[in-house]
Formats: sequence, C-alpha cells, structure tokens
Amino acid sequence: MAHDHEVPELLDDIKTPALKPGSMGHLAPYPATEKHMKPLGFPEARVPDWEKRAVEKMGEMLKKYRSLQVYMDICVKCGACTDKCHYFLGTGDPNNMPVQRAELMRSVYRRYFTVGGRMFPGLVKARDFDEETLKQWFTYYHQCSQCRRCSVFCPYGIDTAEISMAAREIMDAIGVGHKYTAEIVNKVHDIGNNLGIPKPALSGTLQFLEDDMLENTGHEIKLPLDQEGAEVLLITPSADFFSEPHIQSLMGYAKVFHQAGISYTISSYASEAANFGMFIGSFEQKKKIAKRVAEQARALKVKRIVVGECGHAWRVAYSFWNTLNGPFDYLDPRYPVPQHICEFTHDLIQKGALTFDKEANDAYVVTMHDSCNVARASRMGSHPGGQFTIPRDLIRATCNHFVDMDEDTIHEKTLCCGGGGGLLTDELMDLRIKGAMPRVTALKRVMDEHKVNFLALICAICKAQFNKILPMYGIPMDTVGGVHQLVSNAIQLGTNKGIV
Amino acid sequence: MPSFELNGRTYETDEDGYLINLSDWNEEVAAYVAKQENVDMSENHWEVVNFLREYYEEYKIAPMIRILTKAIGKKLGKDKGNTKYLYDLYPGGPAKQACKIAGLPKPTGCV
Repeated sequence: MAHDHEVPELLDDIKTPALKPGSMGHLAPYPATEKHMKPLGFPEARVPDWEKRAVEKMGEMLKKYRSLQVYMDICVKCGACTDKCHYFLGTGDPNNMPVQRAELMRSVYRRYFTVGGRMFPGLVKARDFDEETLKQWFTYYHQCSQCRRCSVFCPYGIDTAEISMAAREIMDAIGVGHKYTAEIVNKVHDIGNNLGIPKPALSGTLQFLEDDMLENTGHEIKLPLDQEGAEVLLITPSADFFSEPHIQSLMGYAKVFHQAGISYTISSYASEAANFGMFIGSFEQKKKIAKRVAEQARALKVKRIVVGECGHAWRVAYSFWNTLNGPFDYLDPRYPVPQHICEFTHDLIQKGALTFDKEANDAYVVTMHDSCNVARASRMGSHPGGQFTIPRDLIRATCNHFVDMDEDTIHEKTLCCGGGGGLLTDELMDLRIKGAMPRVTALKRVMDEHKVNFLALICAICKAQFNKILPMYGIPMDTVGGVHQLVSNAIQLGTNKGIV
Repeated sequence: MPSFELNGRTYETDEDGYLINLSDWNEEVAAYVAKQENVDMSENHWEVVNFLREYYEEYKIAPMIRILTKAIGKKLGKDKGNTKYLYDLYPGGPAKQACKIAGLPKPTGCV
C-alpha cells in the first residue's frame, strides 16, 4: 500500500485552480467481478452487445425518470457550477466540473435520443457510447460523491448526483460495476451490515461496550440486541460497532436512552443504517436493503425507529423509506417516522429529561461539518433548516465553545468530506485527499483564528474519511468526532432519570 | 488475480495485497507482507497479529478497535492499550494494515 500521496498545500482561502485537463483520467476504482455482480442480478461481466444494451437502458431510464430527461435537456452551460465541486477545486481536472461531468452523459444522450445528434453527431458534439466513453464514465462518475453542492448553485437545480447514479446504474446493467460498493451491498444481504459483522461478534462487541461504560461511569448502560417489545428500534451504521471515533457516538446514544428511561434495541438482522443501493442508483437494491429495517420493526414490535449518525442513511430513511417499504402504519403515529438520533436527543432536552456538564467538553473548541446528504437531501425536526440547527443546538447544549466555519462552506453550501457516494475506498485515496482540500482549508482557518480543535459531525463516512485524511494535512485524527460523542462526554447520568 | 511469490509458492491476493485464502497465512507470509508495508515486526507487532487471528477465528470478523486496544493493554501493559500505540506500531492503521499482515480480509464499509 503506497503512503506517499501528494497532499495539496493549503492556502488561506479556497481558490479556483488552473485547469489541468485529464489530470485525474487515470484514477478509476477497482471493477467488480462476477462474485459480486451476479448475486445482485447484474451481468457477471461486460456483456458482448454492451453498447446497444447501455443505450437501451438509458432509454428506459429517460422514460422512467423524467428528472433525468430534464437534466439532459435543460442545461444552458451558464457555468455557475464550474467551481463548486470539491473534486474540481482539488484536482483542476475539467471533467470534475459538474457541467462537464454531466456532459459525458449528455453527449451520449444527444447521439441516440435527439434528431440532431442522430443525423449530424459532429455538429452537436454527440458521442458514440464506445470504449473511450465507457472508460471516461467509469472514471469520472466514480469521482462524484453525489453530494449535490453543485445543484444548490445551478439556476435550474440540475442534480448531478442523480446523473452520476444513473450512469452507475447503466454501467451495472452492462456488467461494469464498482467493486467496493458491490461487495458491500452483498455483505448486507448475506450478513446484515456493510462490515460483515455476524451476530455473535456484534453481541460480543455490545457486551464489551456495556462493560466498558460500567467501568467508566458506574452506571449499567445497556446496548440491547434483538429485544422484542422495545419502544425504539435503533438503526445505526455498522461502523458504529467497529471504528473510532464512531463507537464514541454509539455510547452517546446508549447513554441518552438510559438516562431518558426509554427502552430500545439494536437488531442483528437490520444492523446497518447505510444503504449503498443509493450510491449505485439501484432502486431494487435500495429497496431490498431498506426492507430489512421495516421487517425488523414489525418483528420486534417496536413503536418507533431512530436512525444513528449516518448521512446518506438519513437521506434514504427520511426521503425514501416510506416509498420503498411503507406505510409504517404499525408504528406510533405520535412520532416522526423515522426520527434522527439528534432530533430524539434534542426533544428530550426540550422536555428537561437530560442535563449536561458542559465543562466536560471544555478542552474543545468545536466546529460543525454539515454532511452533504443531511444538509441538502433531507430535513430534521419540524422546522425548515432543522438539519442545521438541531445538531448545533446539541453542540451548544453540551459544549461551552462553538464556532462555525465560513458561511460559504456550511449549511446547504457545505463542502463534501471527499469520501462520500461510495468513494471511501483506498484505491481512490489520491482523489479523497484532493477532494477534502476545500473542507480542510475552511477548517484550518477556524483552527488558526479560533483555536478550533474538534470537528463535530453526524456521518459515518465523513468520520472515516477525516480520520484518515486530516493527519495527512497535519491535523490530529482525534480532531474529528460525532455530535453524540460530545453528548456522551457531557451527559449527567443518574439525575432526573426517567422523566419522560 | 494479483499474487506474490515466496519461497517457491504463489499466494493469491486481492488488488490491495490482502490474502485471498486465509489458510495460506503463515509467519513467513506475514513477515513478507510486513516488509512490503515497511513495518519492522517486533514482538509487540506479533502480539497484535496473533490477537487479530485468534479473534477472527472465533468471530469471522476483525475486532472493534477498542477490543483490540484493551487486549493489547492487558498483554503489553496499560500504557500501550490505546489507539495511538497501535498507530505507532502500524502507521497504516490497526484495522487495515495490521489485518493485512495478519492475513485477514480487508475490512469493508465506512472504515
């Protein structure tokens, strides 16, 4: 494994780079093989008539998804998006400008689905779906983290994430898949979670953490598994059972449930909040993965579902669960379906059920990184913008020192961590490092100006990405952590227990 | 399929150099992989590798990092039972680099 990646120099501010055409053309992810493609219902290898099949698939999708048709037709090449993608800002490769990334598909669309392109392809810059085009698709549609920052600035609201999802779906349909995501989707089907943690390991891990919390707090804080009749089913990313700093947030959730006196359970069958079906644009896979949650909610007879700190999982849960596997009419209608863990903790604070010793976090000056799928593809709570205010309210309730980063880099304009959308894989490390540069630049600024030393967030991918990338920029890895890690540090146990 | 040769035998790996067949692993293989990773294997390095293999044998997954740090703390002394020490041993990360040397599959997911 090479460790000698080139790390961009951080400037005072995020600047538009000089163009470096083709500079990222070499960096494609590992292709999926038969072992991972076949069980997902995709061709096990590239099919012989792949050009024809890809165009047919594109035709089907244009009919099925009217949005895609609009995105193909409506772009006026105004250029508003060109300097908004973190991968373009970090690499200078024009194919990482959102307009140009989409053009890789639009040029094919024009060739096969417009009169001008069919008759005079050269005049309208229409391209055949050939070997070179496919290579570019596989490369650059895996250099998009589907974060949707560009769409915030597009006057027509063109959603590049949806275009990149469609491209990946078309490629899967001809047997050209991405190993990292395909392997993970298989693991969820086979074992129940992205990491492939079997039930005995999960059970042992939770027991270990219970013992750990008892030792450290003196309180018997439970992490129940497969408990029928619990009030709440907690669905959280499996990284919360495995990695630092993710585990810290898991213990934070457990302490909140404990202190509020609300019974809950984790499920070994639905032990994953993440849903990589979304990253590959597959409705069927997304539905099948999410179905495990709906089935377990019924089987365990819970009344509510609460989702842990995972960005794209929250998008899938908040925006798609009901369409995929609803209606959830067997749950308690007094609570939102689903409910985010931040919203859950926030409500308890409003009710006076939780108290905090903010001084426990006095070593930290905290800033908040809004994760893309939470910020731009969902909401939280009952007020517009709740996805921004609720996590920040939790930070302010548990910490004395909080400061936001530059306003162009937070809320709906937040910059991606550089590892989302199924790109959190080591062979794309060069892209991940460069793509993180804009976010790290904004972070470094508040570190220098306000002595910030803690980057709080609510996404498992962002946590893993920053944990790996920040040290490369000379920032300690423990600078990054979950919002519920701060909750965990400050929550007062044993007072006013069970108020609600 | 990528592979490497060692003492006249061929070992299949994935693209990142993780062994495909867990049963192919032996200490010579571990030493070879460690060398490729620029990790100089001390006794303490071997303690990590041995624990990872024992845990994997029982649970079919690498341990959560906190379980690993606690186990290492018990074996090597409390001052060594922390993430920082594990990263000192394995700069490429205890989950990924140590697993690779221990012949375990690469952890997948948001890690």
